Amino acid sequence: MTKIYDVIIIGGGPAGLAAAEAAYNNGAKDVLILERDQTLGGILNQCIHNGFGLHYFKEELSGPEYAGRFIELVNKTNVEVQTDTMVLDITPEREIHAVNGQKGYQILKSRSIVLCMGCRERTRGAISIPGTRPAGVFTAGAAQRYVNIEGYQVGKRVVILGSGDIGLIMARRMTLEGAKVLACVEVMPYSGGLTRNIVQCLHDFNIPLYLSHTVTKIEGEGRVERVTVQEVDANRNPIPGTEMIFDCDTLLLSVGLIPENELTRAAGIQIDRRTNGPVVYENMETSMPGVFAAGNVVHVHDLVDYVTAEAQKAGAAAAKYAIAGEPEPSRHITVKNGNAVTYTVPSCIRMENIDKSAEILFRVNRVCGASVIQVMSGETRIAGFKRERLAPGEMEKIILPRVLLDKAGEEITIAIEEA
Amino acid sequence: MAEIICITCPKGCHLTVDEKTLEVRGNSCPRGEEYGRNELTHPVRMITSTVKLEGGRFRRLPVKTSQSVPKEKMFEVVRSLDGIVVHSPVHVGDIIVKDVCGTGADIIATRDL
Ligand SMILES: Cc1cc2nc3c(=O)[nH]c(=O)nc-3n(C[C@H](O)[C@H](O)[C@H](O)COP(=O)(O)OP(=O)(O)OC[C@H]3O[C@@H](n4cnc5c(N)ncnc54)[C@H](O)[C@@H]3O)c2cc1C
Ligand code: SF4
Repeated sequence: MTKIYDVIIIGGGPAGLAAAEAAYNNGAKDVLILERDQTLGGILNQCIHNGFGLHYFKEELSGPEYAGRFIELVNKTNVEVQTDTMVLDITPEREIHAVNGQKGYQILKSRSIVLCMGCRERTRGAISIPGTRPAGVFTAGAAQRYVNIEGYQVGKRVVILGSGDIGLIMARRMTLEGAKVLACVEVMPYSGGLTRNIVQCLHDFNIPLYLSHTVTKIEGEGRVERVTVQEVDANRNPIPGTEMIFDCDTLLLSVGLIPENELTRAAGIQIDRRTNGPVVYENMETSMPGVFAAGNVVHVHDLVDYVTAEAQKAGAAAAKYAIAGEPEPSRHITVKNGNAVTYTVPSCIRMENIDKSAEILFRVNRVCGASVIQVMSGETRIAGFKRERLAPGEMEKIILPRVLLDKAGEEITIAIEEA
Repeated sequence: MAEIICITCPKGCHLTVDEKTLEVRGNSCPRGEEYGRNELTHPVRMITSTVKLEGGRFRRLPVKTSQSVPKEKMFEVVRSLDGIVVHSPVHVGDIIVKDVCGTGADIIATRDL
């Protein structure tokens, strides 16, 4: 007879590690992590810079250190780990099809599943820049892996398109390693990365940031030789006459991340068009009962600490499901995004799973000054949270106590009201 | 008044620092006060980098400074790591270079490899 696991976790990054530990600590006995890479830790292994764990560990760690702490915690439990194992398929019966070099093709059964596959970078194809197709165009994350793990120098004169955090971090890293970073070019009128990264990665090294600009041409024979940068108008169309030419051998793309959801889609799990991740309930359960999700696979996080918190919630809920099944349904509250809000996670709150409070994470779609985050139920305001500043690059979190949710109707809307 | 952004944590508070009295405003926590004052008197930064690794699973070992070092020494510190070769096994926290470039900070490993 085949073994039935309590919880199988797909992906062994920070989300997968925290979910596994939480599932184990909440009573799941047979927990398995499946990871396609050689080691656990996910993207953190290549993020050698500092800045992880300030919320969770109250100290500033590098990516590998943060991952290391959770790997150690998981090693202390009897959670099983299979690395070098690629998950190919999840069936509606919650069977997982996976391959690895040692065990070959496996079909694994589990009472519940947590999806922790992370995200991948948008590539040049996704944004299509005209010009030739020379070598020397990398996504910032690929460059990060080459430099930090494999030990290759990727280029000497660099232009970065996009002001996402990975691009900013690489601007500093390559500068310190002796490369010249000529410019960081961002099509939007605001930066996509954390303000602290603009300061410590660009300002510290006098690297100019061109907002409302984009790369309009890439040229070079064999290798990148120059790129053209142009200012864009309000509709993001290049403005003629604003061309600037940069002689460079490398173009890094830091133009965003997309949750990695091929498995999720193929399993027929409902996807949220706003996040490109699965639609999730308050306890991170997806539209497929017993299948949960956490971390960058759900929505792109900028802080790993939030990934950990979200994954602990998912892991605990997966353990509960494996042990006790789904609770009796009661009242549901749909969560909608209102003015200036791009999306919310979760998009539905099932009151039977709410103990004291529910957490809502969201992002805004533009920079807002002093504002109030309004929580409305129809015409009635059920809560308001003040913020001095809101920016698309920084995820927001509000906590709604159960007493307030009890007052809400079938739907609540999260909206920004600028002062 | 100097306007700076605190980089100590992801919140990124907008600070104003009085150049004469070094009074800091706009910080949400005490660490911001220290940062604001340091930034005007002797700015410091943590440094992360990699050194060559032999006999391990990968070719590079990630490292960091054990404490912040003067900002103007950043390049010197990173350059000084160029010739260093470490042999596996290494553990998180192992000292790779003591008192790097006379800064008082050590270079320590940040991954078991
Ligand atoms: C380059 C970069 C820089 C960042 N910088 C910071 C920072 O400075 N500070 C901070 O707090 N946060 C930072 N973050 C954010 C934080 O690191 C991420 O949010 C976090 O790593 C996400 O964790 P995750 O577990 O969801 O995904 P990941 O770390 O991506 O892990 C997903 C794992 O799933 C595995 N996987 C995927 N598909 C399969 C499959 N089919 N079968 C088996 N395994 C699979 C992958 O191999 C991977 O190991 C950064 C993120 C990136 C990408
Ligand atoms: S002042 Fe405190 S809360 Fe604000 S950015 Fe600095 S460390 Fe963070």
